[in-house]
Amino acid sequence: MGSLFDLIFSTTFGYSVLRVTTPILFATLGAMISIKAGVVNISMEGTMLTAALTGVVISGYTGSALAGLIAAVLIGMLLGLVLAYFALNLKTNIILAAIAINLMASGGTIFALFVISGDRGISSSINSQMLPRIIIPIIDRIPVLGGIFSNHNVLTYVSLLSVVLVYILLYKTPLGLRIRAVGENSHAAESVGISVRKVQYISLIMSGAFAGFGGAYMSMGYVSRFSTDMTAGRGFIALAAEALGMGRPLGVLLASLLFGAADALSTSLQRFRIPSEFVQMLPYLVTIIGLIIYAVRQSNATKRHKMEDRV
Amino acid sequence: MEVYLEAMEEILRMESITKVYPNGIVANKNVDFSVRKGEIHAIVGENGAGKSTLMKILFGMEQPEEGEIKLKGETINISSPSAAIRYGIGMVHQHFMLVPSLTVAENLVMGIEPKRNNFFFDYKKAVQMTDEVSKKYNLSIDPKAVVDTLAVGKKQKIEILKALVRGAEILILDEPTAVLTPQETKELFEELINLKNQGFTIIFISHKLKEVKQITDRLTILRNGRSMGVHDTKNTSEQEISRLMVGRDVLLKVEKEPAKPGKTVLKTNQLSYYSDADTPVVKKIDMDIKTGQILGIAGVEGNGQGELVDLLTGMKKASGGHILIHGKETTELSVKEVRDMKVSHIPEDRMIYGVSGDGSIEENLISDRFDEKKYNIRLLMNVKKLTELAKQLVADYSIRCASEKQQVRMLSGGNIQKVVVAREFSSEPELIIANQPTRGIDVGSTEFIRKQLVKLRDKGTAVLLVSADLNEVLELSDSLMVMYEGEIVAYFQDASVVTEMELGLYMLGLKRMSEKELGGVMSG
Repeated sequence: MGSLFDLIFSTTFGYSVLRVTTPILFATLGAMISIKAGVVNISMEGTMLTAALTGVVISGYTGSALAGLIAAVLIGMLLGLVLAYFALNLKTNIILAAIAINLMASGGTIFALFVISGDRGISSSINSQMLPRIIIPIIDRIPVLGGIFSNHNVLTYVSLLSVVLVYILLYKTPLGLRIRAVGENSHAAESVGISVRKVQYISLIMSGAFAGFGGAYMSMGYVSRFSTDMTAGRGFIALAAEALGMGRPLGVLLASLLFGAADALSTSLQRFRIPSEFVQMLPYLVTIIGLIIYAVRQSNATKRHKMEDRV
Repeated sequence: MEVYLEAMEEILRMESITKVYPNGIVANKNVDFSVRKGEIHAIVGENGAGKSTLMKILFGMEQPEEGEIKLKGETINISSPSAAIRYGIGMVHQHFMLVPSLTVAENLVMGIEPKRNNFFFDYKKAVQMTDEVSKKYNLSIDPKAVVDTLAVGKKQKIEILKALVRGAEILILDEPTAVLTPQETKELFEELINLKNQGFTIIFISHKLKEVKQITDRLTILRNGRSMGVHDTKNTSEQEISRLMVGRDVLLKVEKEPAKPGKTVLKTNQLSYYSDADTPVVKKIDMDIKTGQILGIAGVEGNGQGELVDLLTGMKKASGGHILIHGKETTELSVKEVRDMKVSHIPEDRMIYGVSGDGSIEENLISDRFDEKKYNIRLLMNVKKLTELAKQLVADYSIRCASEKQQVRMLSGGNIQKVVVAREFSSEPELIIANQPTRGIDVGSTEFIRKQLVKLRDKGTAVLLVSADLNEVLELSDSLMVMYEGEIVAYFQDASVVTEMELGLYMLGLKRMSEKELGGVMSG
């Protein structure tokens, strides 16, 4: 197993962790904002998928990767808006509305791809553009660090930067305070004249935008094409990562990295004779164990508190 | 109607306010209400008298069907709480409107956040604002404390500060002392008087007469949604207020023979219950109910009556002590097991525990017996028989409805309560635990339910009647106990000798019986 450690502690592995974490991190940040506002967006998966196709189609049509990215983010925001409209105006159950978006995206993207390009399942005939990689000047020349942190897709850096931006948004702006207040006690927010609906609309649209970034990365960075169900559950992993990260930006980053590491590991481990299905199971196992530990500690604390009161 | 000429000082006037809720309940009927600048004005009345509705209208949470509101002589339209805040009206809700995980300062400035560089939330400024306003009005609080960690009294302070920092001139406090300890209440009163001296107008909703006497200048009494007039507090005695609140003239007389108590049905021994907080809610209660007896429990709401009923019916588990029904220990039994011992329960909140609003009348009526053998044919329910039963009960209890298949939610409050009563009374109970059985329902249904209770007692059923309605407990009870702060503070073996005033003194905690006098609880 010596070679396993060699593998994990190689710069290539470090590099690939960041590479596969990117879409998960985007989706997790989006999920976090929606959950903070008390309107959980479980349509991250479908939204990412739709955005991935949109990015490919628009970048192929215009020849501009930037246009593809913008279109992907806009379609993400649009789907966030649609979800908000259904949940907040039409009062449908937000989970059901999000499931509908996910199902629609899964079939709809295949259909749309076929109508647009005639391709079945993979966008091979669309000449889509890639978002550029960036070499970071000084770090690039540092051994190890350069190998891990430099020469990533531009969106990988955007995702890391987003952690800081989301932190600032949630904890350092009036809007962030309102989002947290609305999510925790909407009556309190309402009683001081905050429009709960407006705050939740904004949150869902922002979460859609992050899913848009994640989708664009999938089809214009991670790989260079769109393929059927290419997001492969990352939108749902995001919800687990949000829970594991306990809804804090740093926690969410670490949780995303954990899932990213597990994902990278499962790819790398395929050269050993461990079934990849088993390895791919690990991140979820980690989540479940983590959540159990968290829940047990919480309920123990509550019990202790109660016992103390009785005395 | 008394006429007040001091229109000069009047800051707010509500004229002939009428509010009818969609379910047909008339919460306010032609209510006139006016407050003067710089006074503490009480709104008193029993539960369901329309106090809260009137204040919700004033704070823009409800819209009246009729009537108008004038602020400083100008007619205004208060369409929402934010509009009320803009007009300088602030409200301290009974259930605090705070975000627990945020700090005091963050809660305070929520919605009016100070900004730095026009973008960032300026927390330092928020802390500074909190400090300033708390110093100015002498309401000391740590701006950086997380709300969740604070005691109730402090949380209430934040609510008051929240209103003040938004420029409120008129403060509405909805039963502010209900959740406070005596010490916190004292502190609150000092703060309120201080605010009054600074020119603020305070509307104080309460049904605790002692407090009303202590702190208010004038009071408006509401009864059954109508105003019973405005009075100067210092010229009005507690007796007069309570007479106007309760309204002896509408007292419902129930004919009943003297009770013939038989053997003990329900007995408790040192029964106690602690909530999550470290205060006991039910303290070492001993009681004893016999067949053919109605034992009433009087008391201001929130003194542990609800928890006591929950313990007896198995909905909550006791922290200490024992419950015995027919001599058998039931302390640890489930709700179903307790009910199977021929115990019926009329819960306090009919919409939550009494009925399933979306279900039909029939479904609700059969919900406690559909699993009995006689209503089933092997694996299937005998629908025909169940419908017959439902039809019979609808007729017996004169539930006014289109058919027994009608949704319960569509009925009036009185008829919904009759559905509950029909189910609970028709199961041949040996013990009935009735918690506020006639709250908020029409006079006809009230009379019907009370008569049914007496009828069952005459047949030998033991009845525990919990009610905040003094008339009700006095009229129906054979024996009577008073609960105050989780304890039995008075016991009268013969309820007919008790006067309302006497009861009031015990209910308000002004008087309590000695251990020796209470000894009757066990032996009686």
